Amino acid sequence: MKLRRSMLFLPGANAAMLSTAYVFKPDTIMFDLEDAVSLREKDAARILVFHALQMPVYRDIETAVRINPLSTPFGLKDLEAVVRAGVDVVRLPKTDTADDVKALETEVERIERDCGREVGSTKLMAAIESASGVVNAVAIATASKRLVGIALAGFDYVMDMQTERGDGAELFYARCAVLHAARFAKIDAFDVVFSDVNDDEGFLKEVDLIRRLGFNGKSLINPRQIDLLHNAFAPTQEEVDYSRRVVAAAEQGERQGLGVVSLNGKMIDAPVIEHARVVLRRADASGVRQ
Amino acid sequence: MKIVREALAGTLESSDLMVRIAPRDGELAIVLQSEVVHQFGAQIEAVARDCLARLGITEALVVIEDKGALDCVVAARVQTAVSRAVDEWTADWSALS
Repeated sequence: MKLRRSMLFLPGANAAMLSTAYVFKPDTIMFDLEDAVSLREKDAARILVFHALQMPVYRDIETAVRINPLSTPFGLKDLEAVVRAGVDVVRLPKTDTADDVKALETEVERIERDCGREVGSTKLMAAIESASGVVNAVAIATASKRLVGIALAGFDYVMDMQTERGDGAELFYARCAVLHAARFAKIDAFDVVFSDVNDDEGFLKEVDLIRRLGFNGKSLINPRQIDLLHNAFAPTQEEVDYSRRVVAAAEQGERQGLGVVSLNGKMIDAPVIEHARVVLRRADASGVRQ
Repeated sequence: MKIVREALAGTLESSDLMVRIAPRDGELAIVLQSEVVHQFGAQIEAVARDCLARLGITEALVVIEDKGALDCVVAARVQTAVSRAVDEWTADWSALS
């Protein structure tokens, strides 16, 4: 199970950040060719990211690239570059319908065949940024076997909804819709960027909310947010201790041929055992919450 | 490919470089400025020459102002400068690797 708690966005035209970002060890590094790159630097960013993707330092970190929409003059050129460079995941912005994903998949497969890359090895992620995307979330999430996740992008979405970012109420329906679509499709769900990098308290409040809702992780724009996020996603010592007891009781019951086991008088069934294993896997990856 | 106009690529920020390329008849001249020219000057020039050769550039004046860029950044900026200085650029990604 690939952990995708933190997805760190880097401007694709920024040589210094592309050269050093691996030291921050996010779960996924997202090279951005779209909104973070000015129109006149689109060509330069594409070539820079093409090279960055092939840097040995990124071999142990999942790499993703947010390309420009295929409807722009840049999207297909971006795709040609990053698939050939060996990107792990292509993120499609402004995904409104399942057809957007299918069109992307068709092009990715063509490029994989052209360059000799294993067909199917390029994974996809769809960003939902509009009312249309939210309404079509289930169709989008199930549009391709290459999809590893769908992400809600807050700024464009609230503009489309004729509102603005606030306490999170404005995103409530979209978060739930995206999350349910992802769970239905059995792929990951990612929450929006929290843009005030100096407001740790607000960031952690939002992280706590999306973690409890069930999101896998969050898009980040500052490396400082990575440790905060990973710690917030780590289970507590109490949760780890309880999960260890659950798994131990389940394994003992299995050895004794018992269908159902109990711990401290409470029945432990399959969902409880699976949840305990998930908690222990999170503890392996993130440690225990400080 | 022939350099037909002057073009720039890159920045003067740390870990980057600025590449200026211009038409030049009969020679490929590279002028390099870098604070680490004694340690890495030869390497930077070798990367630039390799990029230019793979793009078929045999005549040009290339001025590089390096600010501590990695090899892959040097390659990216040289290739971008060339792409902006030629007519009808089409990316051949295998030649850019």
